[in-house]
Amino acid sequence: MYRGKSLPTDPVETHSGSLAFEAIGMTFPDGTEALREISFSLGKSEFVTVVGPSGCGKSTLLRIASGLLEPTAGSVDIDRERLGYVFQDATLLPWRTVQGNVELFAELHGIPPDERRLLARETIDLVGLQGFEGHYPKSLSGGMRMRCSLARSLTLKPPVFLFDEPFGAVDEITREHLNDETQQLFQQEGFAGLFITHSISEAVFMSTRVLVMSARPGLIVAEFEVPFDYPRPPELRFDPAFAELCGQVSHELRGYHS
Amino acid sequence: MVVLVVLVGGWYYVTYGVLTETRRFLLRPVHKVIEVGFLDGGNRTDALEALWSSTRVAFIGLVIAICIGFSLAILMSQAKFFERAIFPYVVVVQAMPILAIVPLIVFWFGTGQQARVIVCVIISLFPLVANTLHGLQSAEQGMHDLFTLHHASRSVRLRKLMFPAALPFIFTGLRISAGLSVIGAIVGDFFFARGDIGIGQLLRRHANQLNGEELLAAVILSSGLGVTVFLVFGVIRDRAVGRWHEATSGRS
Repeated sequence: MYRGKSLPTDPVETHSGSLAFEAIGMTFPDGTEALREISFSLGKSEFVTVVGPSGCGKSTLLRIASGLLEPTAGSVDIDRERLGYVFQDATLLPWRTVQGNVELFAELHGIPPDERRLLARETIDLVGLQGFEGHYPKSLSGGMRMRCSLARSLTLKPPVFLFDEPFGAVDEITREHLNDETQQLFQQEGFAGLFITHSISEAVFMSTRVLVMSARPGLIVAEFEVPFDYPRPPELRFDPAFAELCGQVSHELRGYHS
Repeated sequence: MVVLVVLVGGWYYVTYGVLTETRRFLLRPVHKVIEVGFLDGGNRTDALEALWSSTRVAFIGLVIAICIGFSLAILMSQAKFFERAIFPYVVVVQAMPILAIVPLIVFWFGTGQQARVIVCVIISLFPLVANTLHGLQSAEQGMHDLFTLHHASRSVRLRKLMFPAALPFIFTGLRISAGLSVIGAIVGDFFFARGDIGIGQLLRRHANQLNGEELLAAVILSSGLGVTVFLVFGVIRDRAVGRWHEATSGRS
């Protein structure tokens, strides 16, 4: 039975990693061409967001990165051993408490109970869910479920963290809070982040780089560097430079949207 | 509670209002049924012994059905191939009227305790298989993806994902099957009419002897057993999954 490898104990080793897509193409068996010639890479401590209209193949790209899906062309260079990955849905196991859910990945990787309990405590604190350890998912709000899902991935101290439109289902205020927090986590934990969204302000607020993707077939049509320093204060959203960058991204996106 | 009063009232009305003196043996009054059927020492001992015998048969049958049902469901959940190969036969067993196979069971296994247990197993198997299988397949794709991403083995996936997800369905199946198993025990006993006296034979005897009170008491006893089993499994389900399962919570 495959038990997975336990986490390396050397803390210096844990946060280095990157991801590179090489001419990824994906055509589904029904003939739909979802992705064409996608090539870009993600440096250590970079946070890249891909924005694009719904159905442009953004999620497919992450599924390929994670290995859940094999691309029909090209290759991915990534270390998947301790990959962080949150889905659109929090996908918490309803029969486990917050604590139990956060421990799941560590458990699947064969980390002993005492150790994983500690890891879970740490990441529960990181996402601000302390006090809710004994709660079941059904009694949590959408935002809290997402925090729980984030904490679950953080226990693995992931070098690369994939976010598949995780905050699409929560309300605007909660989303902004979660953006603030994600951006802080990115700073503190030092993972390389690949974030998928169709919200432009979310993309610009958190990322070091924003890629614009077109639909059918999905290809990268524009790239923006985001110059603001971390940690980024919530007020950045009212900065004229921020608004201008959002406008530019929006313009690019619109060009390929109709 | 109101319904109960209406029912008992209706019963009395039929006994004293509709039936004439000479035909009153057809529906004895409630207090007579209780007096003769449950309070009379000899009858009560008979009834309790029959109840115990039928309960035992139903329980053994249910346990065997659970073992077979779980095994089949787990096997079918592991590969579509098994599901396609096995499920149709489970449906065939379910579709067969129990009366049609009673002679066959007598032919093969005689009329003893064993034969009654077999009736219970046959009658209670389907809801267990169908619900458990449905439950095992109920975990969302996203959750399966998580287990795939973290290289979970088949057995880990089964134990930590599919089985817990199946629990609410399993308990629904158990609840139905437990009731069916009780029916199986009584029906088997009624038709085979040999061996330990269960509720089935009790019903037959009192019907043949036109003992109105005892007959009604036995009917009440058998449905009482069915209802008790149904309630017990409901409580077990709420205990087991009520804390986390959306649909069962707050309904106990």
